[in-house]
Amino acid sequence: MAKRIEVKDLDIYYDKFLAVQGVSMTIQPRSVTALIGPSGCGKSTFLRTLNRMHELVPNARVDGKIFMDDDDLYGAAVDPVNVRRQIGMVFQRPNPFPTMSIYDNVAAGLKLNNKRLRKAEMDEVVERALSAANLWEEVKDRLPKPGSGLSGGQQQRLCIARAIAVQPDVLLMDEPCSALDPISTQAIEDLMLELKEKYTIVIVTHNMQQAARVSDMTGFFNLRGVGQPGELVEIDETTKIFSTPSKKATEDYISGRFG
Amino acid sequence: MPTPTSQSSESDLYTPLTGAPLTAGQLPRGAAPLTLAIVALAALGLWQFADWSPAGAAVVGALVYTAVIYLWSRVVEGPRKATDRLVTAVVTCAFLLALLPLISVVVTVLSNGLARFDTEFFSYSMRGIVGEGGGAYHAIMGTLIITALAALISVPVGLLTAVYLVEYGRGKLAKAITFFVDVMTGIPSIVAGLFAYALFALIFGPGVRMGIMGAIALSVLMIPVVVRSTEEMLKLVPNELREASYALAVPKWRTIVKVVLPTALAGIATGVTLAIARVIGETAPLLITVGITSSDNFNPFDGRMATLSVFSYYEYVNPGVPPQFSLDRAWAAALTLIIIVMVLNLVARLISRLFAPKTRA
Ligand SMILES: Nc1ncnc2c1ncn2[C@@H]1O[C@H](COP(=O)(O)OP(=O)(O)OP(=O)(O)O)[C@@H](O)[C@H]1O
Ligand SMILES: [Mg+2]
Repeated sequence: MAKRIEVKDLDIYYDKFLAVQGVSMTIQPRSVTALIGPSGCGKSTFLRTLNRMHELVPNARVDGKIFMDDDDLYGAAVDPVNVRRQIGMVFQRPNPFPTMSIYDNVAAGLKLNNKRLRKAEMDEVVERALSAANLWEEVKDRLPKPGSGLSGGQQQRLCIARAIAVQPDVLLMDEPCSALDPISTQAIEDLMLELKEKYTIVIVTHNMQQAARVSDMTGFFNLRGVGQPGELVEIDETTKIFSTPSKKATEDYISGRFG
Repeated sequence: MPTPTSQSSESDLYTPLTGAPLTAGQLPRGAAPLTLAIVALAALGLWQFADWSPAGAAVVGALVYTAVIYLWSRVVEGPRKATDRLVTAVVTCAFLLALLPLISVVVTVLSNGLARFDTEFFSYSMRGIVGEGGGAYHAIMGTLIITALAALISVPVGLLTAVYLVEYGRGKLAKAITFFVDVMTGIPSIVAGLFAYALFALIFGPGVRMGIMGAIALSVLMIPVVVRSTEEMLKLVPNELREASYALAVPKWRTIVKVVLPTALAGIATGVTLAIARVIGETAPLLITVGITSSDNFNPFDGRMATLSVFSYYEYVNPGVPPQFSLDRAWAAALTLIIIVMVLNLVARLISRLFAPKTRA
């Protein structure tokens, strides 16, 4: 199931503005890859190119290649909808569908795509996804209630449940824990460790300890300078990045945070 | 009362406010509403007993109230609160003055219209009626049929246009459509009527009258309103919801149908209902395209039909002898129309409450 992603010389543009330049990396299957870096350096932008969400911004485009196993994601005949079917995403801010119940939110990936499942099967999918996102106990008695009536942290876990309910091969998470308390964060981290047995996971995080705890590989993004595009400074095994990074900028950023 | 700023003549912004008293003079509770009530009563007296015109009495009353409350507050409470009172008074008076014509219309229509607001009015047409009696059953049905047809034409066209503009439209075409929709919002209703008449005269020859022509004229007026309100509502749908849907591999059209439209449904339904309320009382375009008849004709594709607005108009300009019976019918028709519009507005509120995305159940 899990797939390897290979990025080659990727330049990412918003219209004429070059946001990220020259990214090359390999994301290993069945592992967690963490992306860290200062605000505005293009982590979210990069993450969104992996499932072709970037091109939804008017006039946004990319140069370069991304391969998933051996398929070119930006090949001419590739339908972005099929790419997103295999690469799920959790956003920086929770965004449950306000018109749908908690149950329907989790089932949305299937229902909106007109997948017909029997009621019992659907129930099972929903329960499994909610349990995995550590939300089942809190909401099991109010599944028909609206999803937007949950707290912010609960909404974020609902969005995670929604993303994993469709069982993607790759899961992208943009700061999934930034709105969560330590207990839910712990649950999500446990979930990531569990999911990486089957899936490929990429997370963006500002929390170094989190990156150190959950990830196998860590990539450090930085801005070259004010008004310059962001770039991937280095990507290496997490233990190496946090002990003996090969670039000075990485060490400065990490040690600056840890004091 | 010593305040920190009055101690030093060059008012120093950085003087600490620690010495300022926490209490200050206050008008007695309910001072403003009581003053307003007294002034309103006085104005009423001027109108009723001193032969003032009602408009004059209202304006003078508003000015007097504003002046009294401002000066009183200035003496007792000081300049800052007085300014607050002044602005509040101006806003209150503007609101009440704007309300007066509305009250006047409702009172006039009610007092004149109730005379014939009876079961006969709602169950008989005007077939063979010269003097007393008769009703507007045919006109009520005509209004409902023609307006429903107009909505049937306008809602799909307007909805799809708005979806195009918000979800797909880029560049010149979208800009041009937006511009022409804005222009259409401003066309006089008589022009819409003439357009529909000219269109049908080309096909069926001059002198043609049909319900459907009126429906088309009304939809010319209705479409831009529907487009505009729907567009605003679709723009309010957060982009994050669209992205959430795309990220679940839902194609664009299905995202629009299943996520964007349901989220905006309450607003769209309200907008449509208000657009209907806007055109249901139109007279001029219906006068040209549909005409009037005194008997039942509920087939919009065959000849003249009666509508409430045109019915009211004809009863008023062509009264029989004595004219009172006709005038009563005209007022009753006007009252019926106002009630229909009011019901539509209530329905719009109900719809927006029913369909609004729920946060708590
Ligand atoms: N829709 C957009 N249109 C134009 N420029 C954008 C858009 N979104 C982001 N940018 C720009 O791209 C650059 C990278 O932004 P991005 O959101 O990827 O940063 P980030 O690393 O995720 O930051 P953060 O940690 O604060 O989330 C920034 O300079 C930003 O201003
Ligand atoms: Mg970001």
